[in-house]
Amino acid sequence: MRRVVITGLGMVSPLGSGVDHIWSRLINGESGINKIEGFEVSDLPSQIAGQVPVGETADGKFNVEEFVPLKDRRKLDPFIVFGMAAAQQAIEDSGWEPPNEESQFRTGVMIGSGIGGLQAIANGALLLEEKGPRKLSPFFIPSALINLVSGQVSIKYGYKGPNHAVVTACSTGAHAIGDAARLIMLDDADVMIAGGAEAAVCRLGIAGFCASRALSSGYNDAPEKGSRPWDQGRDGFVMGEGAGAVVLEELEHAKARGATIYGEVVGYGLSGDAYHITAPPADGNGGFRAMSAALKRAGISASDVNYINAHGTSTPLGDEIEFGAVKRLFGGNDNLCMSSTKSAIGHLLGAAGAVEAIFSIKAIKEGVVPPTLNLENPSEECRGINLVPLEAQERKIDIALSNSFGFGGTNASLVLKAFR
Amino acid sequence: MSNDVADRVKKIVVEHLGVEESKVVNSASFIDDLGADSLDTVELVMAFEEEFGCEIPDDAAEKIVTVQNAVDFISENV
Repeated sequence: MRRVVITGLGMVSPLGSGVDHIWSRLINGESGINKIEGFEVSDLPSQIAGQVPVGETADGKFNVEEFVPLKDRRKLDPFIVFGMAAAQQAIEDSGWEPPNEESQFRTGVMIGSGIGGLQAIANGALLLEEKGPRKLSPFFIPSALINLVSGQVSIKYGYKGPNHAVVTACSTGAHAIGDAARLIMLDDADVMIAGGAEAAVCRLGIAGFCASRALSSGYNDAPEKGSRPWDQGRDGFVMGEGAGAVVLEELEHAKARGATIYGEVVGYGLSGDAYHITAPPADGNGGFRAMSAALKRAGISASDVNYINAHGTSTPLGDEIEFGAVKRLFGGNDNLCMSSTKSAIGHLLGAAGAVEAIFSIKAIKEGVVPPTLNLENPSEECRGINLVPLEAQERKIDIALSNSFGFGGTNASLVLKAFR
Repeated sequence: MSNDVADRVKKIVVEHLGVEESKVVNSASFIDDLGADSLDTVELVMAFEEEFGCEIPDDAAEKIVTVQNAVDFISENV
């Protein structure tokens, strides 16, 4: 099988824009969770979220003008804008420009989303109701469709290879990277831009997740304390928004052009719970099987893994169940640590898996593991693994595993390895 | 009146298509000269309707392909 390496990274998150800036804030223990701004929340149980800070690039903030021309902005839901921005960063970081049409045919895009253009749909529905069908923009549908991040990126850069989009709720980003890597392994492409994008921090999105009783509601007066994976005081996840994208590349292709290689995608495992639309089974067998499959594909054993970037959303049920599955599979691995970066940026839904794969790669590259913020008093059931509480830790990480689990009972695990 | 209409039409075209003001001359075709696609022209017509508080039926909208066409239609019908 052809080997696949990562040669470009791009990210927009509640901690800012650009991987290096976000990473330094993450390692510094900073939180991107704040009181929600921009829409009415006074009647919503959850009033906090991780919103992308808008401002100057020099300050590490998100400046849309660098990614999308003014005339195109009203044609694009924010999730597409975030996805295009992360893709642009990753592509520029990789330095990849197809030199001819054959190279264009061999370059593809697979950037998904959990929900897609929720803001466009919400606004479109209101407009239709208030002003009638003649007032609906011709760009409404292409602004809302999930695969339009992949579509827009391919059009902008002339990538004529596989064009695809994953939709597996909160596993989207991980599935996209895993599936895109397989397209390269199977020789359907040499380069794939892969990842996830989400912009569901809007009134309909928050109200919807509140209705399914998934969000934290007890920390409205202390937003940065709201996301607290494995802590006794956790009471639900905190919504985040943004996008993550990586450039995946066949190893020899990357070497031939002298690309910077961040690491290798060595394992990918998938499973289904076949249990419940929002809850995992108590024994966590879905997550367990996804992780086992990823280790098997990587040809490594549980004792080889140094770091797990957990799904760890800060929900009362999910955190313990994932912890139990990890303990069952990795018990006896004294060199293992696990953290949840959702403690700092919230849950980016369809973008989470991509963003967290990038954090895992950075942990390998930098020899630093990002902390689990707010983990002050771990639950009784969540003890016996180093969960990197409160502060980052310097550790040599050779192999990292990143977990993503989604509504509907869909699980994905990626295994990433230092490239030597 | 028609100068005023032309200025307002041109302002909308500049904003929606993101083109230089100097290129938006009366004879300019939205698609051939100003880089619009068919969806852009639909949206342009909607913007004209909004600006001038009128309704432009689909069969009339299809005939609005240049700046002058838009100015003429609006001057005659609004």
